[in-house]
Amino acid sequence: MDIESLKGPLIGGAMIGAAAGLWLLLSGKTAGVSGAVYGAMTGEKNEAPWQAAFLAGLLVGGVLLSLLLPATLPASLGSNHVLLAAGGLLVGFGTRLGGGCTSGHGVCGVGRLSLRSVAATCTFMAAGALTVFLARHVVGA
Amino acid sequence: MRILLAFLIGLLFALGLGVSGMTHPEKVLGFLDLAGAWDPALLFVMGAAVPIYLVAWRLRFGRAPWLGGNAPKAPRHDVDARLFIGASLFGIGWGLCGICPGPAIVNLGNITVGAFLFFAFVLLGMFIFRLTEARKAPNAS
Repeated sequence: MDIESLKGPLIGGAMIGAAAGLWLLLSGKTAGVSGAVYGAMTGEKNEAPWQAAFLAGLLVGGVLLSLLLPATLPASLGSNHVLLAAGGLLVGFGTRLGGGCTSGHGVCGVGRLSLRSVAATCTFMAAGALTVFLARHVVGA
Repeated sequence: MRILLAFLIGLLFALGLGVSGMTHPEKVLGFLDLAGAWDPALLFVMGAAVPIYLVAWRLRFGRAPWLGGNAPKAPRHDVDARLFIGASLFGIGWGLCGICPGPAIVNLGNITVGAFLFFAFVLLGMFIFRLTEARKAPNAS
């Protein structure tokens, strides 16, 4: 672990915190990506317009990164399509059942000292760590 | 105005994700791989993001947002089985692929098969969740 390799995470994390924090100051809403996707998809809480705009910003940001900072995006997210499908399903279903993801619970929830979000974050981090442990050190994938 | 700002916030969020390295699955998996060559990057991303969000929240909690509307809701401190089950499922999916909703959308900007496949199944997982919710309380939605 050296200081150089931490610059990206710290600066990027600050940008994420600033973006989410600014949105809280502007709108009073949390910037949770899974919530925004679900809201834009279902239109349930009449927040779909800003949620769709937020997601569009994420997407355009991705395009900008691919053009200006291509090293920030991997050439491939993985070649195991079954794994990507299974992972996607679990992430989609789980984030909604649990009411949030790393941005909603991990940044916005923990950032507001919500015990609910702290519990959720600890849970999905533990589940993630256990999954990686089993995959890499038990199954040897 | 709100729509434009939501878009710009999403853009900043995406750039932050890219700079932080969280758009690379192996950086995330490296953090979750506690028993292996541990990569602390994600910890520093959160470590930078959360305090900044906390400051924003402390500044405006209880007061009306700059764009108008209701003051931010009080953070929740209750936990239930749904939270734990949902967070666990999300964590497993996250541990399988190293991708959560935000990076998934940002990676769409790189236009790869894996990114579209993963995100399509995230949407499917959310859709399935919606179906299960509708079945439980058919009058609710």
